[in-house]
Amino acid sequence: MSFLTLTNINKSFGANTVVRDLDLTVNTGEFVSVLGPSGCGKTTVLRMIAGFETPSSGSIRVDGTDVTALPASRRKIGMVFQAYALFPNMSVRENVAFGLKIVGMSRAQIDARVSEMLDLISLGHLADRYPYQMSGGQQQRVALARALAPRPNLLLLDEPLSALDAQIRTSLRDDIRRIQQELGITTIFVTHDQEEALSISDRVVVMHKGRADQIGSPAQIYNHPSTGFVANFVGKLNTFDAMASGTDSVAVAGQNIAGLRSTAMPPGTPITVALRPEALSLARRPGDDLSLPGRVLTSSFLGSVIRAQIEIAGQSVSVDMFNRSDAVLPVVGEQTEVWFARHDVLILREVSP
Amino acid sequence: MTRRPPILSILIALIGAAFFLVPLIATFNFSLRMKRGELSFAAYRSVFESDTFLSVLSFSAVASLMAIVLGILIVVPTAYWVRLRLPRMRPVIEFLSLMPLIIPPVVLVFGYVRIYGTSSILPLTMTQMGTNILLVIGYVVLSIPYMYRAIDNGMASIDIATLTEAAESLGASRLRTIAVVIFPNVQSAIVSGAFLTFSISMGEFVITSLLNRPAFGPYLVQMGQDFAYQPSALAIMAFVFTWVCMVLMELFATRKPGQRLLPWFVRRTVQKGKL
Ligand SMILES: Nc1ncnc2c1ncn2[C@@H]1O[C@H](COP(=O)(O)OP(=O)(O)OP(=O)(O)O)[C@@H](O)[C@H]1O
Ligand SMILES: [Mg+2]
Repeated sequence: MSFLTLTNINKSFGANTVVRDLDLTVNTGEFVSVLGPSGCGKTTVLRMIAGFETPSSGSIRVDGTDVTALPASRRKIGMVFQAYALFPNMSVRENVAFGLKIVGMSRAQIDARVSEMLDLISLGHLADRYPYQMSGGQQQRVALARALAPRPNLLLLDEPLSALDAQIRTSLRDDIRRIQQELGITTIFVTHDQEEALSISDRVVVMHKGRADQIGSPAQIYNHPSTGFVANFVGKLNTFDAMASGTDSVAVAGQNIAGLRSTAMPPGTPITVALRPEALSLARRPGDDLSLPGRVLTSSFLGSVIRAQIEIAGQSVSVDMFNRSDAVLPVVGEQTEVWFARHDVLILREVSP
Repeated sequence: MTRRPPILSILIALIGAAFFLVPLIATFNFSLRMKRGELSFAAYRSVFESDTFLSVLSFSAVASLMAIVLGILIVVPTAYWVRLRLPRMRPVIEFLSLMPLIIPPVVLVFGYVRIYGTSSILPLTMTQMGTNILLVIGYVVLSIPYMYRAIDNGMASIDIATLTEAAESLGASRLRTIAVVIFPNVQSAIVSGAFLTFSISMGEFVITSLLNRPAFGPYLVQMGQDFAYQPSALAIMAFVFTWVCMVLMELFATRKPGQRLLPWFVRRTVQKGKL
């Protein structure tokens, strides 16, 4: 059941169109990430859902009601900002109680809800601290509790983890997901970090220059990127210039590979095929049915992974292999075969930039 | 190798300090000599015993407080709105706020008298109350350059745009946001603006005397013409008063939320937490 629906949203600032033709439906209780590089319009999308910006055209519906013209203060949304934005003059308790006072809850109800929220973020013992007395991670947890306290329709998070250091980032990320699932709240999470998006989302929207290039589950996005941009932005990628040689075959590095997903191109059209580093191996694995000859340029041992650069048809290609006790490090300069499976070959709609 | 003490610097500092301290000490000394042949606070006592002194002082204090309240009500929403919605207008507003420093108070008050005089639609100068209102407005105008600057700087130090959005997403109206979020967070800036307004209004002479109000500024000048020792006593008291204002301003400006005004009374200090 769709809870949030964006229909044909466009947004321009003067002559600068920042969001184009965006359609998105989010189901009740779903966690959707908006992923994209800096300046692609992620924040603008979130701010339109929140009510801080008005779309130039299109409509936004929440739970069946059109909210496009509703001011932010009446949309019942919970918002978490990159810079925490706790009220500096209020203690943790007062910050969390802020939204509850506004809806006019009684003192007893407020107290109960505040301690419930502080338990949720495990910061009950810091209720009387002020924001300046807390670490960034703690402040962001309080911001989360403050946003959730009035039981909003939607939770919106704009790069909530970007200002934190790596360790806290992963632990808070998991906390956000856990709390979201516990409360079953519909959530939109904006980030430019693909690992973040893939690891906690039900679905991911990959944005590029104001458009949603692809909307899908993390696995779909990673395994079947629909554009060169998505493939490149989400994960590492080796791309090859190739030529369509039939409806389901391409010529690449002097070989003809057939039995691929349809290229939908007339023979002779230049296209891009791509392979993830982990889809390649120097040793034939079960399921590998294709190989290309190459020469080892570099090889490095990274613990769980052995990473090699292989020259194939004049092009440098990354290969990642799991390290096992019987694994041998490729020798630089050696001739080798690079193995992969037919179904791992990605055919990209457009030539990657 | 030991460093030589910077004798020249110390000397310059001493000479500079002497410029301020010598007249001050001389004035203080003089103010104690009302009774021939002994040092006493007789001049101070005589100032405080005067009924006029107390009445002009309370008149000026009330007028100044009104000016502070009016100034805050005008400047806080203006500075907030300009920063939030009209950032490109900020230089213009800043320039406008400086006008009172450029236009002499004499011009201002003659303008008032003409506009709000006998034959105008709003003849404020015809009644005592009206003139008092005009006086308060005059004080507000004179203090706006300081008030605006103080409050605008206060707003620069917090992210008012994000705080406003945070409050709005939690359902707060604009007015409530200003009252509960913005106002308390620029409180120390408002307080310093208020002290500046107070000290300007307390001693103001030109507007006050041309509107013929029984206030402290004209009284001070009158005393200077009629007496010898009391004006020195008043000068010293004004000086002490200004310094107390400055110290209070400093205390308010450096206070953190949840702390008492005097930090050294806080027994338990809270350590910055670790996650
Ligand atoms: N209020 C505004 N007025 C004019 N242009 C704006 C405004 N807000 C955003 N933009 C422009 O819209 C584009 C997208 O901005 P947005 O903040 O949505 O990007 P983003 O994807 O969130 O990037 P980042 O990862 O850097 O936060 C940018 O080019 C930005 O300059
Ligand atoms: Mg952004």
